[in-house]
Amino acid sequence: MDFSTFLIQLLNALQYGLLLFLVASGLTLVFGIMGIINLAHGSFYMMGAYMAFALTALSGNLLVAILVGIALSVLIGFLLEWALFSRLYKRDHLDQVLLTYGLILIFEELRSLLVGDDVHGVPIPELLSASIQLSETLSYPVYRLFMSAVCILLAIVMYWLIRHTRLGMMIRAGSSNREMVQALGINIDLIYRIVFGLGVTLAAFAGMLAAPVSSVYPGMGNQVLIICFVVVVIGGVGSVWGALVAALLIGLADTFGKVIAPDYAGLAVYVLMAAVLLWRPEGIFRRI
Amino acid sequence: MAELVLSARGMSRRFGGLYANRDVSLDMHKGMLHAVLGPNGAGKSTLINLLSGDLPPSAGQILYRGEDISGWSPDKRSRAGIGRSYQRTNIFPAFTVFENCRLAAQSRTPRALRIFSKAVAFPDLRDAADRAIEQAGLAERRDVVAATLSHGEQRQLEIAMVLATAPSVLLLDEPLAGMGPEESQSMVALLKKLTPDHAILLVEHDMDAVFAVADVITVMVTGQVLESGPPDQIRDSVAVQEAYLGEGEPDDE
Amino acid sequence: MPLPRNKTRNYLPLVLLVLALFPVFGSSYYNELIAKIMIMAIFALSLDLLVGFTGLVSFGHAAFFGAAAYSVVLLSPKYDPGNLWLVLPAAVLTGAAVAFVVGLFVLRTKGIYFIMVTLAFAQMIYFVFHDTPLGGGSDGAFLNVKPELRIGEKVLLDLNEPMQFYYIVLAFLVVAYVFLRVLLRSPLGHALAGIRSNEHRMQSLGFPVFLYKLASFVTAGGLAGLAGFLSACQYGFVTPEILSWHQSGNVLLMVILGGMGTLNGAAIGAFAFVVLQEVFSALTKHWQLLMGAVIVTVVMVLPGGLSSLPQRLKGLLIGGGNRNG
Ligand SMILES: Nc1ncnc2c1ncn2[C@@H]1O[C@H](COP(=O)(O)OP(=O)(O)OP(=O)(O)O)[C@@H](O)[C@H]1O
Ligand SMILES: [Mg+2]
Repeated sequence: MDFSTFLIQLLNALQYGLLLFLVASGLTLVFGIMGIINLAHGSFYMMGAYMAFALTALSGNLLVAILVGIALSVLIGFLLEWALFSRLYKRDHLDQVLLTYGLILIFEELRSLLVGDDVHGVPIPELLSASIQLSETLSYPVYRLFMSAVCILLAIVMYWLIRHTRLGMMIRAGSSNREMVQALGINIDLIYRIVFGLGVTLAAFAGMLAAPVSSVYPGMGNQVLIICFVVVVIGGVGSVWGALVAALLIGLADTFGKVIAPDYAGLAVYVLMAAVLLWRPEGIFRRI
Repeated sequence: MAELVLSARGMSRRFGGLYANRDVSLDMHKGMLHAVLGPNGAGKSTLINLLSGDLPPSAGQILYRGEDISGWSPDKRSRAGIGRSYQRTNIFPAFTVFENCRLAAQSRTPRALRIFSKAVAFPDLRDAADRAIEQAGLAERRDVVAATLSHGEQRQLEIAMVLATAPSVLLLDEPLAGMGPEESQSMVALLKKLTPDHAILLVEHDMDAVFAVADVITVMVTGQVLESGPPDQIRDSVAVQEAYLGEGEPDDE
Repeated sequence: MPLPRNKTRNYLPLVLLVLALFPVFGSSYYNELIAKIMIMAIFALSLDLLVGFTGLVSFGHAAFFGAAAYSVVLLSPKYDPGNLWLVLPAAVLTGAAVAFVVGLFVLRTKGIYFIMVTLAFAQMIYFVFHDTPLGGGSDGAFLNVKPELRIGEKVLLDLNEPMQFYYIVLAFLVVAYVFLRVLLRSPLGHALAGIRSNEHRMQSLGFPVFLYKLASFVTAGGLAGLAGFLSACQYGFVTPEILSWHQSGNVLLMVILGGMGTLNGAAIGAFAFVVLQEVFSALTKHWQLLMGAVIVTVVMVLPGGLSSLPQRLKGLLIGGGNRNG
C-alpha cells in the first residue's frame, strides 16, 4: 500500500469512526444516565437518513433538510420519552429490550409504508462536492472531510456541555444518583427528557450527515445499532470518551480489515470486541 | 497454643485516595472468637470482604492454613471452609428458609452433574439445612418464604445459611444488628457453643455481647488497627478509650 | 421467582392428546404450521432456561439455532439422505459447542452488557455464514434430501415424510420439555434458580457461578441446536436469516410474551407468536407493524406477559384486582 492510499484509508477510518461515535454517544448517554437500553437507537439513525433524503428532495437543500430534521428529531425524542420511555425507568432491562424491539419493527414498517423499500441517494451539496487531489490518480472528497470536522466539533461541544455547564453537571449527578438529584430539587424528569431527546437527535443527525455518502436503504439502522453496541461494549457503558476511543478503533479495524482480508472484513470488529472482553470485561473506560 | 487458621499480613485496601484498610494484620485461631470493634466507617466490613474474597486487597497477604489465598475467588475460599455473613441481609428472598439453607448446604457437595435426581431428595443436605435452621433458632419458620420474615428473622437466616455450609472459619458482620433482645441472647449463646470448633471473626457494635464472648478484641479506627489484645487489655486501654469508647456509646444502626 | 415446585398441570395430557391426534383431522397446511410451532416451542424452551431460570437475558440465541441448522446441511450428502444417527447429534453438539465458545466470552459480562455482547457475538456468527464460502452466502444452502434413520437396509424413520416428521417433532418437544422439567428440580436447577435470584450470595456460599452459568448456556445452546436441526429438516434449506438478530429477538419475544420462568409460558409464547405472525402476514405485507404494535402494547399494559392475562382478568372480574399490581 503506498502512502496516499494509506492516507485515504486512514481518513476513511477516521470518518467512519467519528460517525459511529456520534451515534454511539447517544446510546451510551441514554444508558449511562437513564439506565435505558435502547435497541431502537439505530432506527433513529435510519430515520435521520430518510429525513435527509425526503427533506432534501422537498427543499432541494441538504442544509435546510438537516435543520428541519434536527427539529423533528428533537420533537420525536420528546414525544417518545413522554409517551413510552418515561414509564419504563423502574422496569427491568427485559421490558426495555422488548419495547424497543417492538419500536424497531414499527419504525422499519413505517419507513417501508412512507418511502418504500428502494435504495435512494442523497446529493452532496454543491459547495462541498469537490475533491482534494492527493496524487495524480487519487483524490479525497471534501464532503467526507466536512463530516469528520462536524463530528469533531460536536465531540468538543459535548465535552464542554458535560464538563462545564449546569446541565452537564446535573447530567453527571443524575447518572450517579437519581434520588439524590431529585432531593436537591432538580427536575430529573426534565433532564431525562432532554438527555433522551439529545440521544435521538445525535443518532438522527449522524444519519443525515451520512446519507449523501452511504445512501439510504432499508435495514441501515440495525447494522449501525449492532456496531454501536460493540462500540459501547469496548468503550464501557456510560462512558462518552470510551465511546470515542472505541469508535475510532472500530473505524480502523473495519477499514483496514477490508483492505487486508476483504472476505472476512465483517468479522474484524467482532474479533476486536472479543479481545477487549478477555482483557477488560467492563470495557476500556467506565462512566463519563 | 491454639491452631492458627486464617491471618492477614499487612493487608491494605484503597478506594481511590481513601484507605478503607491500611496495613492490617490479625490472626484467627481455632477455638477462639476474635471480635473487631470500631466506629462506623472504620473498615470492619472491608476487612471481612478482604478475608472472604469479595474484595481483592490492594496490598498484603492473606494466609489460610499457611497458604497465600489472596488471589482466590470468593467461592473457592468458601469451599475451602471460610464462611461469611453479611451486614446487609443477603439472602434468596423468594425461597423459603429451608430452601435458602438447603441450597447453602448443597454448595459443599457438588452434585451439579446429577441432573436426573431431585435436589430435595438428598437426606444429608436436608439434615445439614435443618440443623443450621435449628441452631439459628428458626425451626418454627422453616417453610416460610424468606421475604416475608421479619428483619430480625432475616438476620437469623443470614447466620443459618453460613452454618449450613459447615465452615471452619466464620466471618460474621454485625450478626446481632436488628435482632431483638431474646434472639440476641440466644445468638450469643450459639456463638459460645460454636467457638470451640471454629475460628470466628465477629464484627459487632454491641459492647456487652462482645465482651461476653470475645477471646481477643481488635479495635480499628480509620482503616487501621488501633490496638489488639485480650478483653481486659482493651477495656483498660487509654488509647482505645480516647479514640473510641470515650466518644460515648457508638450508635447502633 | 420461587424454586420450581411440582404443581399439578392437569391440562398437559390434554394438550399432548390434541397434538397427537391433530394430524388425523388437520390438513397438511395446519400440520406444517403446528410442527413449526412445536419447533419454535423447543427453541423458546431452550432460551427460557437462560432468561427465565438462570437470569441471563441473551439476545443472541439464534446463533446456536442457526449454526446447528447449517451443520445439518453441511453434513448431509448432496443427493442422498443423511444419517440421522450422525446428523442429529452433530447438530445438537454444534449448538452446544458454539454456545460453549461464545459463553466463555459473554459470561464474563453482566446485565445490560450481556444483552449487547450476546447480540454482537450472534452477529459475528451471522457474518461467518453470510460472508464466507462455508455457508453459501446470502442465498443460503439447500438440504436436498432430508436425513433418515435406518438400520441396515431398513428405513425406520424418514424425515421427508411429513407425517413422520410431525410426530418426530412432537416426540422431541416432549423430550425437551421433560428434560427441562427434570433438570430444573435437580441440584443444578436449584443452583441456577439461586444464581438468578442472588448471584453474589451464590458465589459467597461456594458455588463456582461461572461454571454453572456456562453449563446452563451450553445446555440451552444444545437444545436450540435441536430446534435448529428440526427447522432445517422442515424447510429443506437454510439462509443466514435464521441466524439474524431478528430471529434472536423473536424467540426472546416468545419467552417474554408467554411469561418467562415457566416452561408452559415459553410454549404458549411460541404458539402465540407463530399464530400472530401467520394471521398478520395474511392481512398485510406490513405485518411487522402490527406485531410491533402488539409488543409495545403488551409491554405497556401487561408486564407479566400473556400468561398473566387470566389472573388479571380474574382480578378485574372479581373486582378486587389492583391493575397496577
Ligand atoms: N465499595 C466501596 N467504594 C468506595 N468506598 C468504600 C467502599 N466500601 C467501603 N468504602 C469506604 O471505606 C470505609 C470503610 O467502610 P466499611 O464499610 O468497611 O466500614 P465499617 O467499619 O464496616 O462501618 P459500619 O460500622 O458502618 O459498618 C468507609 O469510609 C466507606 O465509605
Ligand atoms: Mg460494616
